[in-house]
Amino acid sequence: MHISVSVDGTLYEADVEPRTLLVHWLREGIGKVGTVVGCDTSNCGACTVLLDGRSVKSCSVLAVQADGSSVTTIQGLSDGNEWHPVQTAFKECHGLQCGYCTPGMVMSTVDLLSENPNPTEAEIREGLEGNLCRCTGYHNIVKSVAYAAELMGGSTK
Amino acid sequence: MTEVIDTATAMGRPIRRKEDARLLHGQTNWTDNIQLPGTLHMAILRSPMAHARITNLDVSGALKMPNVVAAFGAAELGELNGSVPCVWPVTDDIVMPAFPALAVDKVRHVGDCIAVVLATDAVHAADALEAIQVDYEPLPAVVSMESAISEGSAFVHDDKGTNTCYVYNLGGGYDEAAAKADVIVKRRFINQRLIPAFMEPRCVVAAPMGMSDEITIWTSTQIPHVLRVLLALVTGIPENNLRVVAPDVGGGFGGKLQCYREEILVTQLARKLGRPVKWTETRSEDMVATHHGRDQIQDIEIAATSEGKMLGLKVTLLANMGAYLQIITPGVPLLGMFMYPGIYKMDAYDFKCTGVFTNTTPTDAYRGAGRPESTYAIERIVDELAAELGMEPMELRKKNWIKHEEFPFTTVAGLTYDTGNYEAATARALELFDYDGLRAEQAERRASGDPVQLGIGISTFTEMCGLAPSRTLGALKYVAGGWEHCTIRLLPTGKVELVTGTSPHGQGHETAWSQIASSILGVPVEDIEVIHSDTGRSPYGMDTYGSRSLAVGGQAIKKAADRLVEKARVIAAHQLECSVEDIEFVNGSFRVKGDPEKAQPLGAVAFEAFTGHNLPPGVEPTLSAEATVDPEDFSYPHGTHLAAMEVDTETGKVKLRKYVCVDDVGVQVNPMIVEGQVHGGLAQGIAQALYEGVIYDEDGNLKTASLADYLLPSAMDLPSFITDTTVTPSTTHPLGTKGVGEAGAIASTPAIMNGIVDALRPLGVNDVTMPAAPMTVWRAIQAAKAGGAA
Ligand code: FES
Ligand code: FES
Repeated sequence: MHISVSVDGTLYEADVEPRTLLVHWLREGIGKVGTVVGCDTSNCGACTVLLDGRSVKSCSVLAVQADGSSVTTIQGLSDGNEWHPVQTAFKECHGLQCGYCTPGMVMSTVDLLSENPNPTEAEIREGLEGNLCRCTGYHNIVKSVAYAAELMGGSTK
Repeated sequence: MTEVIDTATAMGRPIRRKEDARLLHGQTNWTDNIQLPGTLHMAILRSPMAHARITNLDVSGALKMPNVVAAFGAAELGELNGSVPCVWPVTDDIVMPAFPALAVDKVRHVGDCIAVVLATDAVHAADALEAIQVDYEPLPAVVSMESAISEGSAFVHDDKGTNTCYVYNLGGGYDEAAAKADVIVKRRFINQRLIPAFMEPRCVVAAPMGMSDEITIWTSTQIPHVLRVLLALVTGIPENNLRVVAPDVGGGFGGKLQCYREEILVTQLARKLGRPVKWTETRSEDMVATHHGRDQIQDIEIAATSEGKMLGLKVTLLANMGAYLQIITPGVPLLGMFMYPGIYKMDAYDFKCTGVFTNTTPTDAYRGAGRPESTYAIERIVDELAAELGMEPMELRKKNWIKHEEFPFTTVAGLTYDTGNYEAATARALELFDYDGLRAEQAERRASGDPVQLGIGISTFTEMCGLAPSRTLGALKYVAGGWEHCTIRLLPTGKVELVTGTSPHGQGHETAWSQIASSILGVPVEDIEVIHSDTGRSPYGMDTYGSRSLAVGGQAIKKAADRLVEKARVIAAHQLECSVEDIEFVNGSFRVKGDPEKAQPLGAVAFEAFTGHNLPPGVEPTLSAEATVDPEDFSYPHGTHLAAMEVDTETGKVKLRKYVCVDDVGVQVNPMIVEGQVHGGLAQGIAQALYEGVIYDEDGNLKTASLADYLLPSAMDLPSFITDTTVTPSTTHPLGTKGVGEAGAIASTPAIMNGIVDALRPLGVNDVTMPAAPMTVWRAIQAAKAGGAA
């Protein structure tokens, strides 16, 4: 099937098998390997991207479902030199160790803060429930999200 | 985002990590990102049965499927079917069964490998597995350890005629100590099986490179160096023709400390087929095929006087090996063996461990490897002893622990702890926790019969890091050494290459190692490149596990850097026309003593060494130094962890309200990284207490075979932690460092469980099995009410 998807600002035209998952098309079809796969049951959130601005687990979306849409991955979040505040905050607060959950965590955080610019700790934890991290114990991820909110002009309660 | 760091103080600062820029922009090189032209993708047919005879295997159907190039069972693979190695035969008479990469005749656990298919894409390789014909004759599954070693059990390995892998004894004298005791407390603890569940699934790519006879293997491993040696031994490929690279690796926790059968298969098939072969595991495969951890039944007995003086400890273990022995499977319980006495003084210690084969996934190292099990046992039994004696549990600990002025102290298990200050760490933890306030609240809730009771869990732990002096490992029959290597090269432009044999997978070595070198060489952190995890670029190393990277690798960095300075000093003296003795090295510059104007920066010396135009007689061009360090001894981090647990006595629901820990990991290179390591360890240790646990049914089927069934905690399941440190430098390590990778995971599990039991003790509960799910806690309460303590 033919699809036409804008990924990180570039328009891609492609033919895909109907069963191809969005994450596999991103990784293997167009080389967007910044987005990763951590499970086969839609539990880990490592594959999270923005689809028309909202976060989705790209392993639970078919590539054909993204036809006509715009996808933002971790690789398209900052433009060149300027880091996205969420990226800055994760570095500043040591919100990552191995970094495998990070693409998903960062994209989920971007969505979370666009919905709720002033989240409480409880709201942050709830908002990231679909993203698993095995390294950080979440403590510094929560701090990173709160700091990102601050950088983006909100403030955490 | 470049930070300018004052090199003199690079050590000990919370410098933000160099690694993060690439990780935060998706510019990472995970093994699964590697796509070489002509790659064949491997899919694996795994056993759906725990124990069965393979009466027929026919892979020919798969060959007719689209895009399939080859398919192999053990018969087709022939002598390329290498055996998975075990490097730790712990006793002379250990039973070591064959462990072929593809099962021969019999399958021994769910997930055992039977056949492989290679296709030009991964989807078709997986599809073709269905065309493989296998007939099984089911055999009785040996699932529990106790039934495995009882009369009449089926054997996991028929030719061995036993399910006992080994029996290991240490110590003696407990019975005499117990004869003098006023109180003896016995408990059986179940240290349940866990799954490492690193977030990056395993992946291997092997490719003949067409450069000489080199085969390069990229693999998601913690141990590229050790793996290269083992793959050479297993496959017969000359070691010099193998290059093993661990690209960015997404977590390991011991689970990637292995020479996996999939690594052997991919390597052998790339060699046989002459083209790149790749395998990426699915998460469901990971759950059955990556080694598991823990899984011990612990019978613990402690003897004491009525005043609470500990006299002796007796530990009797059943340790589940699973179906086969992997790299250090039999040795994991022995890594805990020395630590059962913990921080306490006592006269006698008896240890006995029986390793048992079962039809389950093989076990091996998981964060802490043996020490979480021992720490759990001692810290739980100390609380039980306190209850028996009617003593405050912290007071009982204080009465028996090694006092700070008593170090170095040789424990009853024979280890010499170099330093420690349990008093200081405990005092700080009690203060941060508001121990007295929470005890008062506990008393109130008890008095008022509040349905939600409060418990306070204590864990005053120590552990051993930095596996280990090579001679000690040799004495324990471990087949490798415990040294680490570092080479430092000063480039003509003043930049530095630091080549380490450690192999990070989230620990931030690139940053921390730069800090150590920076503080010695006076070169900015950002001008130091840390090269690691590639046997082609860093030829010597023993890799990363057992909290050894800083404890051992850090020493090698210091030694190499010191040597480099001494070499450079000779050249600088020549350039400055004075004697070597008159040169001092300050902040990256060689200065003539008493005449600081006459100076030569290290970079200028490097350029001189490069041109070779004006070197002193006998000095060779180029400037580099190397060091291989075998540690003098283990290091012994310690700390005090406190957990406030709210337990709803009506529903069994448990809530971790507050967690405080004060760790003493010695001198810290980067406190931000230290804190992060503690957090991650806490999460895993707390998860063992509250959430995680592998469940097999009686037929050996894994019931927790996906992330939907195996409860990895999410952000909702954990609180923020209150952490602090005290600093008692290690005296056996030149930097004063100890190691921090596993401390949190080791200490936290008993803190949580002691808290839960403490909350329920007035109800008669004296143990709760892990994980403490509401139903489990509720049952323990009901059992206690019915009169029989759990
Ligand atoms: S890969 Fe795990 S949720 Fe998508
Ligand atoms: S940083 Fe490793 S899984 Fe989150």
